[in-house]
Amino acid sequence: MTDTQQTPSAPVDAPPPGPIVVMRARFPMASRIGERIVLGIGLLLASSILIFAGIEILPGDFAETYLGQAATPQAIANLRAEFGLDQPLVTRYFDWLLGILHGDFGTSWASGQSVSGQIADRLGNSLLLAGAAAVIAVPLAIGLGLVAVLYRDRLIDRLINLVSLAAVSLPEFFVAYLLIMVFVVQHPVAAFPATVYDSMSLWEKLQTIILPVATLVLVVLAHMMRMTRAAIINVMASAYMETAELKGIGALRAIVRHAAPNALAPIINVIALNLAYLIVGVVVVEVVFVYPGMGQYMVDAVTVRDLPVVQGCGLVFAAIYILLNMTADILSILVNPRLRHPR
Amino acid sequence: MNNKKASIPQSGLNRRAFLASAAAAGFAATASGLLLPRESRAADEPQRGGHLVLGLDGGQTTDILDPGTYAGSTMFLVGFTWGDRLVTTDPVSGEALPSLAESWTSSDGAKTWTFKLRKDVRFHDGTPFTVNDAVQTLRRHSDKDSTSAALGLLEEIETIEESGGDLVITLKNGNADLPLMLTDYHLQIQKNGGMDDPNSAIGTGPYKLESFEPGIRITFSKNEDDWNEDRGFVDSVEVLVINDNTARIAALSSGKVHFINTLSPKTMSLLSRAPNIETISTKGKGFYSFLMHGDTAPFDNNDLRMALKLAIDREAMLNTVLGGYGTLGNDYPVNDAYALAPTDIPQRVYDPEEAAHYFKKSGHEGPILLRTSDAAFTGAVDASVLFQANAKEAGIDIQLRREPADGYWSNVWNKKPFCASYWGGRATQDIRYTTTQLSTSTWNDTRFKDPEFDKMLLEARAETDQDKRRALYRQMAIMVRDNSGLILPVFNNYLNARSVKMQGWIDDVGNDLSNGQIASRVWLVS
Repeated sequence: MTDTQQTPSAPVDAPPPGPIVVMRARFPMASRIGERIVLGIGLLLASSILIFAGIEILPGDFAETYLGQAATPQAIANLRAEFGLDQPLVTRYFDWLLGILHGDFGTSWASGQSVSGQIADRLGNSLLLAGAAAVIAVPLAIGLGLVAVLYRDRLIDRLINLVSLAAVSLPEFFVAYLLIMVFVVQHPVAAFPATVYDSMSLWEKLQTIILPVATLVLVVLAHMMRMTRAAIINVMASAYMETAELKGIGALRAIVRHAAPNALAPIINVIALNLAYLIVGVVVVEVVFVYPGMGQYMVDAVTVRDLPVVQGCGLVFAAIYILLNMTADILSILVNPRLRHPR
Repeated sequence: MNNKKASIPQSGLNRRAFLASAAAAGFAATASGLLLPRESRAADEPQRGGHLVLGLDGGQTTDILDPGTYAGSTMFLVGFTWGDRLVTTDPVSGEALPSLAESWTSSDGAKTWTFKLRKDVRFHDGTPFTVNDAVQTLRRHSDKDSTSAALGLLEEIETIEESGGDLVITLKNGNADLPLMLTDYHLQIQKNGGMDDPNSAIGTGPYKLESFEPGIRITFSKNEDDWNEDRGFVDSVEVLVINDNTARIAALSSGKVHFINTLSPKTMSLLSRAPNIETISTKGKGFYSFLMHGDTAPFDNNDLRMALKLAIDREAMLNTVLGGYGTLGNDYPVNDAYALAPTDIPQRVYDPEEAAHYFKKSGHEGPILLRTSDAAFTGAVDASVLFQANAKEAGIDIQLRREPADGYWSNVWNKKPFCASYWGGRATQDIRYTTTQLSTSTWNDTRFKDPEFDKMLLEARAETDQDKRRALYRQMAIMVRDNSGLILPVFNNYLNARSVKMQGWIDDVGNDLSNGQIASRVWLVS
């Protein structure tokens, strides 16, 4: 998580200031953003090592799984040599990393297909689902949060809280099954299974994924809505909000103009976390709705120890997670008025 | 899933299949129509046209089209939809029937086999099917460096040649079952045997492959030049991979698919109440079992093995774990869905007193460790707990260890001395015993080693007199039942369901999913 609430602490009196310190003092925003980017790249490298090492210590290996119990030691050795598994760990790691820098994630051992191509397809699907869910969920969550603050402790607030808490308390597969029961089995209005494929137009795809999108919206809505509400209420207690109220502007205007901008940082962070979840954490929803996203692809690959695919998916997931969190950090810096103007 | 532990279920004949085939054979001409199930009456006239949608489990993103790699149910069905084998089987009797091979003869004590092939068949790309395509297909699967799952089955083949316009196969030893071996679902005939591209899926089957998105969706269109007019009634077929049980049921209930496979016993009775849905329970050759390694202490003591066999309540297991959708097992891996199966071997029953007697006689003391996991079979953990409770009545203390499902087939099965497991069916008793009871088999998962048994197995294989063969198989079954480490409480049925719009389903003793041929056999009514 981020620490953007702290003010940058340029040591003004510390003699003699080094060049980095000077840069930080002069361009606090640019340097903090730069820091975040460098940190993000470092994190990505670290996670690539973790992914590689983690998969290395998984029990069982592809050669054995692929050949079955009747595998002879010679056949296993042949297969391992074919996949370069006889090379030292470090060599394999750097080969892998070098390939990825060229956009080559290697070849799937199980299907012989290029991992990059398959990931591109799957990632496209995952992004479509996450994107559609986000486009609905984020404005809805923020809007509902604002409404809840506006009618704080009144019926509407309580209702919004109750419904969103109920939605988030239900496991996602249960929400999915409920939606299927109502909108597919009892009143057949929605498409099912939500399988999308290449020959569909974007419009057809969007129609097909209504139910998984609805499930995801219900699952992520409460978290973002409550964070919006809490953050704004927090700001509402401050002196300048009282001033705003005293100078006679309406409640809605006070919230939108004065409270919301100062409450943005934590809201942005929660949104980023939820977006990351929408892309990397929805394997259950994918399975229930038969949606060909990244999650299912990775789980299948793990079952047969198809390491290039598992590694590729793992790295893409890590990259998305880091990228979204980095974006959230940078946005928080950008919306922080204290960082916008160097002292 | 482990691709060598062939997971394709096999199925058997039940009353409905018998009635359906009897009706087809004209025996029903004088019978009252009321005696026949609804689908048998409607089964008279296949209707052509329509778009058939099948919602199947057992498909993965790692699936490829090379038939040598087929494992789960989805690819098993896909192979039969685009391909043909040289020989097919009768759905009722399981005998070998002509397919791409018109007829065959054997000589030299079933060592040399000559197959006459059809000459009027074209592949999906228009090229004619020739003997060379058959030769190359069989060579690709039987080559010693082959990675085909059928390699083990074809090991006994010495040469595959074209001779005088016919296919000639010579075996190392005589085998009366060769035509049945060629019905294996991996042996779909490909253009030039798939030597150019094993994943091309250009075959001679009733449908042409249109699109292939592994683990998601596979589509086919009608092969207009099909050599066999009595199959392939719909215009197009769509296979949707739906691995989630509830999603599969929802897809069928809402009419989005016409057929789903792999139902759990618990959902069968619920689903049969739904309008417009028929559940299908097909007797199978597959079984659920507990395996003891006969060469590892304490299971190297036959008294202990017998004690455990007597300490399991088979009836209770059939009714609770299988919901009644199955048949009792008798500790040998064959039931009457196999040709020449023994019928008069007394059923072993739960007898805690006898079990206690044998347990005492074995001299073993202390608990016995049973490894289990729901990967072994659906409900394996429940079955193990039940076994534990049954055995306690006989004073036998079974301790359960729940193993991770992931890696169960690599780390537990065939490695640990006592574990839960299952097997799908095999085409013949010979293949069944050769896979798991022959001393030298790598999948001898009970470590049953009996030279006398091995000798009888080879003798029965080359025996062409059916009565002698039947007698040999009976003796072998008794040997396995009374001496091996196999505890086989139940044979499981295969549980599917269909929309009433899909007609023409045939229960096939060969295997599940109407022996993979559901797409070529069924039709749609509006």
